[in-house]
Formats: sequence, C-alpha cells, structure tokens
Amino acid sequence: MSDSFAAGGGLLSRRRLLGGGLAAGAVAAAGSLGLVEAVRAEAALPAWQTEPGLEVRPYGVPDSHEADVRRAIIQVYKELAPAYSFSGTPLHRLRGTITPSGLHYEVHHGGRPELDPARHRLRIHGLVERPLAFDLEALERYPMISRVHFLECAGNSFMNAHAEQAPQMGCDMLHGLVSNSEWTGVPLRLLLEEAGVRPEGRWLVAIGDDAPGLARSIPMEKAMRDGMLALYQNGERIRPEQGYPMRVLLPGYEGNMNVKWVTALQVVERPAHTKDESGEYTDLLADGKVIALSFTMGVKSVITHPSGGMSMSGPGLYEISGLAWSGTGPVTKVEVSADAGASWAEALLHPPVLDRALVRFSIPWKWSGAPALLQSRAHDGSGAVQPTRSEWKKRYSPANVNHNNSIQAWRVTQDGAVQNVYT
Amino acid sequence: MSTRNRAWIAATAIALATSGAEAEGPGLGVPLAPGEIPRFASVVLPDGAGLPPGRGTAREGASIYAAKCARCHGVTGTEGPIQPPVAPARQYAKPAGRHWPHATTLFDYTKRAMPFDAPKSLSDDEAYAVVAWILYRNGLVAEDEIVDAKSLPRVEMPNRSNTIDLYERQGEKPY
Repeated sequence: MSDSFAAGGGLLSRRRLLGGGLAAGAVAAAGSLGLVEAVRAEAALPAWQTEPGLEVRPYGVPDSHEADVRRAIIQVYKELAPAYSFSGTPLHRLRGTITPSGLHYEVHHGGRPELDPARHRLRIHGLVERPLAFDLEALERYPMISRVHFLECAGNSFMNAHAEQAPQMGCDMLHGLVSNSEWTGVPLRLLLEEAGVRPEGRWLVAIGDDAPGLARSIPMEKAMRDGMLALYQNGERIRPEQGYPMRVLLPGYEGNMNVKWVTALQVVERPAHTKDESGEYTDLLADGKVIALSFTMGVKSVITHPSGGMSMSGPGLYEISGLAWSGTGPVTKVEVSADAGASWAEALLHPPVLDRALVRFSIPWKWSGAPALLQSRAHDGSGAVQPTRSEWKKRYSPANVNHNNSIQAWRVTQDGAVQNVYT
Repeated sequence: MSTRNRAWIAATAIALATSGAEAEGPGLGVPLAPGEIPRFASVVLPDGAGLPPGRGTAREGASIYAAKCARCHGVTGTEGPIQPPVAPARQYAKPAGRHWPHATTLFDYTKRAMPFDAPKSLSDDEAYAVVAWILYRNGLVAEDEIVDAKSLPRVEMPNRSNTIDLYERQGEKPY
C-alpha cells in the first residue's frame, strides 16, 4: 500500500491504522529483537507454567513490574513547608483517558488530612432558610449521578509558563496536574434546595476541612446547574488525596475550586475574595492588570506519545497519541503538526468524546529519522483554539503561571531524543 | 447589576415558586442552630462580616511576626522564601499586602491557615496584630493604628481598582 500523507513531516491519514490499511502489530513485531531467542528460552518452562498461581486477594494492585509508574513529586518549599506539595500524573505512562485513582494528581496547600469520616459533616449555612448538617450516612440515601470529568490545576504547565529555557522533563512534571475520573455523588442542587437558598444568596463559599481550611467562592448558578458533592471516584469512595470522604466537583472549573474534604457551604451574596482567589489563583496580565475569578479551564492538549524524555527506536511507523480537554465543553477537533507548524493534519478523536472530560487523540506518523517538531492544537465548541506559547506569553505578565493552555512542542532529534521546546 | 445576574435571580424565584412538596431527596439534613456552626465553617467577608472582637497594632505584631512568620516569609516580609507579604518582594509578584484586593482576607487567612505548622493557633488579638504589621510594612496603616473589625474593612488596598472580576465581566468564558 502506498502512503497517503495528511500533512508534512510524515503525518498519515488518521483513519489509516484503525481502517486496517496496515497491520501496525506486524511493524512493531518486526522492529522488536530477539524473537528467536525468546522461543528458545521457553524450552525451559517458567515457574508460572509448572506451579499453581497465587490465590485471590481482596484488593488488587498493579504488577510489581509497573512499580515505576508513579506520580512525580513536586515540593517547591520542601525544607520549610513540605506539606505544600504537588504530584503530577504520569500521563506519558498511561493510555486511554481514565486516570487510575492512585495516580490522580494532587495539589495540597496544607497537606492531606487524615480525617475521621464518622465525625465529618457537611454544613450548609449563611443565606439559607434552614441551616443544615449532613453526615456521610445521610448523604448515601440521596439520589446520585455519575459523570466523567477532568480536573486540572490552574497552575498546570507552570514550568513552561515561566522557565526561561524549556525544562527538559516528562509529561508528569510539565503537564501532570490534570487527571480524569468518573465521579459519583449528590447534585449540589438537591442539598442547597433542601436548605432553601434565599434569593440574595448568589454565591457560596466551599470550605475544606484540611489544615488551612481552603475556601473558594462559587457562583450559585454553577452549583445549581451541574455542581456535585462527589463521594465516589472511579466507583470506589474518593481517595484521601482527592478529598475523602467528600469533595466539591465543578465540571470545567479550575481544580482549586473543587474543594476537597469539604465541610461547609456558606451561602453569601458576593464572592468572599478568599486567599486563593486573591493571590494564588489570580492571573497577571501584560498591562499590569490582575484578573481574579477566572474559573473555566481553557481548551488544551498535549502529545503524550512520544513526549519529553522518551526516545524513538529508529525510523518507521509510529502512532502519535495524546490527550485533549476543554472546560467549556467537548473538544471538537485536534490537529497535529510534525513540521514545526508548517502544516497540520486532523487527528482521530477516540470515542466517547465527553463534555469537559479528557479525550484521546491519535494519528499515524512515519518518522523518516530526520529532526521533527511535533505539536498538537485542540479546538472546542466555543470556537476557542490553543495559542502558541509565544502568543500566550504576550497576553500575560512574565511572572504569570496560571491558565497556561498553550501548545506543547516536542522536538525529535536525529538520534531519536524527544525534547521540550518553546515556540 | 448585570443582565445576567437579574436573569439568574428571576430564574431562582421561578424555581422556588414552582418547587412544591415533591422533594427530590430524602430530606435528611439535620437543622443547625446558629450556635452550632463551627467558627471555621465560615469565612470573613470583604465587608467585615465574620470578623471577631479583638484588636492589634503593627507595633504589637512585630514580635509575633518575628517569632512565628519570619522563618518562611522573611525578616522584613520581603525576602521570603515563601510568598513574602510585603512589597516590593524578592522574586514574588503577589505579596499579600500589595496584591490582595481586600484587607479582610489577610485576617481570614492568617487566623485560619497560619502559621503553616500550627494553623489556628494565633489568638484573635495576635492575628489582628500580625495583619496590622503586614499592612504597616506595606505603608497602608500607621504603626500604632488599631486594626480591628471596624477598621480593617476600611483599609484601602492598592490593587483593588487594578483587579478585574472576570466572572462579572464575561461569565464563564475564559480570558
């Protein structure tokens, strides 16, 4: 079969692999070494063929050979405040779109509390007719909904935002503060209606039960429309790192607002301008102005395979694969370029393409062995498209790190190294 | 008030009027009396609501800051290494006393979350005094000026008029 190129640099039609035009497996097998040796080695039977295996166990964990698939730890003030810590999802070691619960990213401003779920209460008070308290047992009786949504820290990709030289790191460090889960819980609307929100109660302040009592103001309109009190993550109770036993979930909004270990919803008239909405999560503009209350995460994507720190195993056919998402709604299109942005080809979006959830994209690529520059560019239903890094930087102060949704570029060198570069 | 906000209030009013006896949940919330709401289940608001009795001055706050805050934020509040609160700060664009739009937030956060190793350990007077010191070092109050529930909301923060409320301006649309 002759190659049908979809764009420069060796990008092939996105339908090629799935359409069966070429047996990708055969290419992979031909490229792997030692098949004959492996067959010979099987003459000596391994233990797992000659002895019974292990018994069942009550809770499974990944195979021991996968022990290095872990979150990347980031402690920016390690000596003075070690609990002020982040961990990044190893996006480049995962496939599909659901983040295993144990690999979901973390950002903790005051560490992860080990609280007693039997003592935990959610209190709704302030501008309501009936201040109410709910315990976990009561909440279990409420109707629940399940939704797949991404969470992304507003500071995700902060290193690319401010480092003068492109940091040579992997996707876990550069972009790992985004994850995707199926969340199950009680619509906030049900609980707020039970308390009876007064007409002037147009905002609520969600307050966590962690050491610093993290607090964020949330528009009542948002809470009523699709806010959730999430109790379950990927089918099991929410992990401690994600707010056990309950957290706020606000689809599409910056991660910090999805308050973990939530213990209070204080209904108020106007935003409270808490510490995080006054400092940590404001955005510094190029003209010196400051943006506060910028809630929605912009459209974004990143190529995870190949990505920073990986190395190519010689010229030939590869599948470029990555993740895309938008806080405004479903991703509508992802384009990929292999020739430094001179031409772009549309990647395949793997269904289901969900609203405010990660979507996997892919496109086949025939790497000639020459240096290449790989980029992905996502579009969403609002018409928004990812900016280049230099376009994004122009809008903001040099010190700004939040809401960096700019295009990630990976340089593939002649010897197959994959490096982070700025464009 | 924006058109969007008016529409929201109207929609709420309709929803309240039409929500009848058909509750969607089992109604298991336990009523709370005002005294049963824990202190840290509320935040202090920009108009001063939620500020407790008590008071402090920068002169009083200096020794508390030196003992409990300087290690992370720097002796003069400008050095850090962690998020120094006094402007101009070394390598930090958002010193709280210059960047935050409301002085009330300084009290809320200091009382609720600081010091990092022992949050909620400052008395209200101590928290007012530390806040007074931060404001004083930023040139916003005098050294012996009393900072309390009455005076704190009146402090004019320099960055307030420079701060754009993006949600008010364009709703959920990203910048």
